[in-house]
Amino acid sequence: MTELTFIAQLGIYAMMFVVLAAAVAAVTLRNLFHCALALAGVLIGVAGMYLAMHAEFLAMVQILIYVGAVMTLIIFAIMLTQRLGAGDVAQNNKQSLFGAVAAAGFVVTLGGILWKTPWPVKEEAVTSSFSASDLGESLMTTYVLPFEIIAIVLFAVLIGAIVVARKDAPKGAEQ
Amino acid sequence: MIIPLEHILMFSTLLFAIGVYGTLVRRNLIGILISIELILNAVNVNLVAFSRTTALSPDTGQIFTFFVIALAAAAAAVGLAIVLALYRTSRTIFTD
Repeated sequence: MTELTFIAQLGIYAMMFVVLAAAVAAVTLRNLFHCALALAGVLIGVAGMYLAMHAEFLAMVQILIYVGAVMTLIIFAIMLTQRLGAGDVAQNNKQSLFGAVAAAGFVVTLGGILWKTPWPVKEEAVTSSFSASDLGESLMTTYVLPFEIIAIVLFAVLIGAIVVARKDAPKGAEQ
Repeated sequence: MIIPLEHILMFSTLLFAIGVYGTLVRRNLIGILISIELILNAVNVNLVAFSRTTALSPDTGQIFTFFVIALAAAAAAVGLAIVLALYRTSRTIFTD
């Protein structure tokens, strides 16, 4: 059993490393289409992290919504603006050094804080089982108000995206 | 949970910082949207990790991860619609 646990730990750390490498690729590559593919790798890896944390339904939702829907949208937008996303156009501004310093300072500060904090890990929370039907039940009882609000938000977004992205109405159509 | 909570938190901190770096240095609006997706994913990993270790009830973190995913999809849809509208009017999607 300890060997199996060790192999699982090794796999999770390898997955973390691959996700971080793909994230670096997603923000540094010059060709935007390659960036989008690296982002798909990150999203699939994060779904793997959810699986490692026993959130199986969430991993499926992540694959369906992010890798299925959001990636399709992003690749559509890249293809519609293809001339600007090609490799021979500079994609980064002149502030790469300052950006890297800011991000590194953020990591050092926050990492130092969270490494020293004694997290109160509860044994019953680690061992609890929580299935998709429990998730649906609490979504329909305790969290029903945010659930309804998010439905309205998604409806507004659906209309808003169409209104913003459509071509202008032909002349005289308003009368 | 077979790996310590601190390691997952360090992982999500690094993912968040990479996303912040991307939003700071990208010229292309679609690149900035990609970086924002990275940031939101780091937040989601944190929510699930805390819901599995320190939370009083195991459902809260996962439920709010659903809401974050839904809002991220909404942000991506509206953001890309704005990008396309901008490209049609000014033929550029660069921020500078």
